[in-house]
Amino acid sequence: MKTLKKIWYWIDDRSGFTEIFSPLLKHLVPPGAKWSYVFGSATLFCLVLQVVTGVALSLLYQPSSAEAYQSLQFITHRAAFGNILRGMHYFGASMMIIMVSIHMIRVYLTAAYKYPREMAWISGVLLFFLTIAMGFTGQLLRWDSNGVWSSVVAAEQLGRLPFIGKFAARLLLGGNTINGHSLSRFYSYHVFIIPAIIFLFVGYHLMLVIRNGISEPPKVGRLVDPKTYRKWYQDMLKDKGIPFWPYAAWRDVVFGVGTIITIIILAIVFGPPELTTPPNPAHLNTTPTPDWYMLSIFSLFALMPARIESYMIIIGPMLTILILLALPFVSNKGERHPIRRPWAVFGSACVIIFVFTLFLLGEKAPWSPRFEAKPLTTANIQSSDTEINAGAALFYNKGCLYCHKINNQGGIKGPDLSQIAQRLSKGDMIIRIVNGGGNMPAYGGILNKKELTEVVVFLQSRK
Amino acid sequence: MNKESTDEKRRGFLVKLSLGLGALAAVIAGVPVFSALFAPLIEKTPKFWRKVGELDGFDIGATKLVTFENADAEKWSGITSHTAAWLRRDAVDKFTAFSANCTHLGCPVRWEAEASLFMCPCHGGVYYKDGSVAAGPPPKALVQYPTRISNNTVEIQTSPIPITSISA
Repeated sequence: MKTLKKIWYWIDDRSGFTEIFSPLLKHLVPPGAKWSYVFGSATLFCLVLQVVTGVALSLLYQPSSAEAYQSLQFITHRAAFGNILRGMHYFGASMMIIMVSIHMIRVYLTAAYKYPREMAWISGVLLFFLTIAMGFTGQLLRWDSNGVWSSVVAAEQLGRLPFIGKFAARLLLGGNTINGHSLSRFYSYHVFIIPAIIFLFVGYHLMLVIRNGISEPPKVGRLVDPKTYRKWYQDMLKDKGIPFWPYAAWRDVVFGVGTIITIIILAIVFGPPELTTPPNPAHLNTTPTPDWYMLSIFSLFALMPARIESYMIIIGPMLTILILLALPFVSNKGERHPIRRPWAVFGSACVIIFVFTLFLLGEKAPWSPRFEAKPLTTANIQSSDTEINAGAALFYNKGCLYCHKINNQGGIKGPDLSQIAQRLSKGDMIIRIVNGGGNMPAYGGILNKKELTEVVVFLQSRK
Repeated sequence: MNKESTDEKRRGFLVKLSLGLGALAAVIAGVPVFSALFAPLIEKTPKFWRKVGELDGFDIGATKLVTFENADAEKWSGITSHTAAWLRRDAVDKFTAFSANCTHLGCPVRWEAEASLFMCPCHGGVYYKDGSVAAGPPPKALVQYPTRISNNTVEIQTSPIPITSISA
C-alpha cells in the first residue's frame, strides 16, 4: 500500500495531474445552479458517446461508394453487437440534437448569453449548426438509396447559393454526379473535418465556462451591468460559491448517465433505422425522407410559396444564423429573468410550436402523392353501372387517387372527393378537371372525351 | 546606435522571420491539401455518348426508363456510377430524354404512364409529359439530356445532375 502511494505521488508530481486538473474540478460555481444546468453537460456526454461509438463503427465500415452498403449490412446483421452499436450511434445523434436544442433554449430564456458570456453564445450557435451538419452527413453515410438521394437534395440546396451555387454543389458531391468520390468526401466531412471543428469549439466553449464562470440563476430585478458585473460575480463566488466537484457536478453525472442509459435502451429496443434499397442512383422508385431532425426543414420546403422558395432555401438558414450570432450584441445587459422578458418567452414558444408543427406535418406529408394507392374496391365504388366503374378505374389509372381520397382510399394532397357531387355540378367538374388549377394538373390534354365523361359520371355518383 | 534600438530591430526581424517562414511552409503544404479539397472543381468531366438500347426496343410515343453509366465512373464507384433518365420516342427518328431529377430539390421523378405525368415523391412536384410544370413547388421544367441515333442504337450524352440556380 505504501509503495503504491509512493508510485502515485511520483506519477502525480512528474505528470502534474493534480496541479492541472484540481483547480478546474474545484473551481467555485454559484449556488442554486440546479437541474436546469444539466443540458450542456448532457450534450457533452452524448458527444463523447458519439466519438466512441463512431470510432467503433469505423472499424467495421467501408467508406467506399461501391461497398459501404454491404459493410452496413454486415454491421447491422452479422457483426457482434453491431446492430446495437449502430442503434447507439443513431439514438446518440438524436439525443445530442435534443440536448443541444434544450441547452440553447435554456440559455436564451435565462439570458445567460449576456455580458460577459457573448463568446460562449457565439461558439454555442456554431456548435449547434455543426451538430446538425453531423446528423445530416451521418445520415448520408448510411449510403442506401435514401443516403444517395439525400445528398442530391443537399447539393440542390447548395445550388441555390448566388453565383457559386453550381460549384458548391459539385464540390459537395465530388463531381458532376453521384460517383466514386461522393462517399469518400462525405466520410471525410463526417469523420475528420466537422469533428475537428467541433473539438476546437467545444474546447473553447468549455474554456470560457472556466474563464467567465457559469451564469448564476437569474433573479427578478437583478440587472447585468457590464461595468460592475465581473467584480460582483467574483465577490459572490468568494462569499457563497461552492466547489464544482462534486457539489454541482453530481447532477451533471446523474443526468448524463441517465441520458446514456436511455440511448442504450432505445438502441436495444428499437435498433438502428433499417437500410432502404442499395445506393443505385438509377433506381428511381424510392421516396427519400430525411431523419426526424431534418423533417421540419423538409416540410418547410414543401410548404413555402414557390415564388420565394429559391431565395429562401439559402437565405433563410443564413439569416437564421446571422440573427442568432447577432443576439448578444443586440442585448448584452439588463434583465435576465424570463418573467421580465416576456417577448423572449413568447418568441421561444413560437419557434418551438413552429418547428414541432412542421415536424408533425412532415410525418403526414400531405403534399406527396400516395403512389402506393390501390385501385378502388367494389365496396367503395358501390355501383354496378359500367360507366361509373369505368370512371372509377380511370380515377385510379390516371393518378387522381394518388392525391384525392374516396372514402378510406387515396391520398390527401387534394380535397376529399367522397361526396364531391354535393359541392360541384357536372359543368363545374369538367371545368376543374380540364383546366386543373391550384395544385392540380390540367387533365384536358390527358383524358379523351369519353374518359372525361366516365370520370365525371363516376364523380357525380359520389354523394 | 544605442543598445535598445538594436534590440528592437532584432526583435522585429525575428518576428517577421518566424511568421514569414511559417506562412511560407503553410502555403507550400497547402497547395496539395487544397487541391484535394477542391479536386472536383479542378478536374473537368468529359462528356460521352452512352448507348441505352436498340432503336427497335422503343415504341413510338412510349416513355421508358433507361440506365447508363456516368462520365466520371471510377473502378470503385460500383452501382453509384449509374444514372437513369426517362427516354421517349417522339417519332421514328426523334427522341427526348428527361432528367430524372425534380428541379425543386433533385428527388427522383416517376413517369406515370397512364396519367401521362411525371410525379415527384418528395414535395409533390408534378410535370406534364413535355416536362413542363403541372403542379407543386418545382421552379422550372424538367431538364432534357442530348440524344442521338447512331447505327440503329439510341445514345444519351452524359450530363451533370441538373442543379437549379437561385434565379430559376
